[in-house]
Amino acid sequence: MKRLISLTVNGENHEVVVEPRTTLLEVLRDALGLTGAKEGCSLGNCGACTVLLDGKPVLSCLLLAVEAQGKEIVTIEGLAEGGKLHPLQEAFVEHGAVQCGFCIPGMILSAKALLDENPHPTEEEVKEAISGNLCRCTGYSNAVRAILAAKVKEEGER
Amino acid sequence: MIKDFRYLRPQDLQEALGMLREHAGEAKVICGGQSLLILMRQGLVAPEYLIDIKHLEELSYIRLDEDGLRIGATTTHRALEKSKELAERYPIIPEMEETLASIQTRNWGTIGGNLSHADPAGDPAPVLIALGAKVKLAKADGTREMALEDFFLDYFETALEEDELLVEISVPPVPARTGVAFEKFTIIGCDMGIVSATARVTLDEGGRAAEARVVLGGAAPTPLRAKGAEEVLVGEDLREELLEEAGRKASEECEPISDIHASEGYRRELVRVLTKRMLRKAWQRAAQG
Repeated sequence: MKRLISLTVNGENHEVVVEPRTTLLEVLRDALGLTGAKEGCSLGNCGACTVLLDGKPVLSCLLLAVEAQGKEIVTIEGLAEGGKLHPLQEAFVEHGAVQCGFCIPGMILSAKALLDENPHPTEEEVKEAISGNLCRCTGYSNAVRAILAAKVKEEGER
Repeated sequence: MIKDFRYLRPQDLQEALGMLREHAGEAKVICGGQSLLILMRQGLVAPEYLIDIKHLEELSYIRLDEDGLRIGATTTHRALEKSKELAERYPIIPEMEETLASIQTRNWGTIGGNLSHADPAGDPAPVLIALGAKVKLAKADGTREMALEDFFLDYFETALEEDELLVEISVPPVPARTGVAFEKFTIIGCDMGIVSATARVTLDEGGRAAEARVVLGGAAPTPLRAKGAEEVLVGEDLREELLEEAGRKASEECEPISDIHASEGYRRELVRVLTKRMLRKAWQRAAQG
């Protein structure tokens, strides 16, 4: 039996009719057209489907949409404002941290959750924060540099 | 694709227990679903009803007092990992949680869900058993309590009846001169452990082991107390040969399987080494505190 749920995604309210078996990832990609979050392993290993739920990174492929009823979701599409990239996104571009790009939306959201909670992370803390986001291009070094630089950049602009 | 089901979202614990009774045998409880949804996607579990209790705030708590610790079933792994009070009084719990899966999974997965799933390779159960934890199981018409050690019956099988729900984990106070240590062996950090060992040592005033517990994960159909290894230690001083002997006993008494991750022989060797290491670490911690 289908259910009507309401979600806030990137600040916008959405009412969606879903079968209970539909994952949050499927709603984001198929119903809302937000294809930034990716389906990788579907087993909770790769982190490509990472989104923020009430500010915390979660795996949208291991969450039923009905479980997210009333929650606030942020996807990679919600980071840029008025066409201007988020400092983390800019830093990823500047540091050449993007290779194939498949893991990047999830990785940036994990990094965002870290910086929101801990504005001055150490390199170790950055590595820990993105440890649930696997990159098959193995481009971790530049991603870590980008995340460490993003904070400096964000502060410089204040 | 997941086979469809009816989704039930109770407003409180009492309603959840009523739903469990009404749909006994046809329902699964979801409490984070970080393991369950994988099994459902693989078609290994296909319930008619899914009862979601993850949002029940009344079961989300970490309470500490003179009687020890109580944890509500819907408490997330991340909450346990980040609890300052736990870090002070039960530091082994956050230490264990820190490497339980990814941050994403720890943010949504719960302790009640983890224990009820009863994967013998799970991290929390051996640590909680080493601490002497009990679980509270509730039905619509009453509750019962049992040692966590007795809760696990077989692979993915627990003492929970069809209309019963794990609602709380309680842990007694840690006696003085006690040390606990946990380690799992993984290929990638934060992965599922291939084998884990937890050791707990309580020393008497003379520095001898008054009580010892060795609990193994991923080494039998359930979390396993290596009682042979424990017996080796009681009444003794810390000596290298003693640790060797305990490790050897543990590797003999466990019942690991061979699978794609490791052979039986390799698991036994891991048990031997990890048991020895964790006993040494627990003993040193006990001597310091």
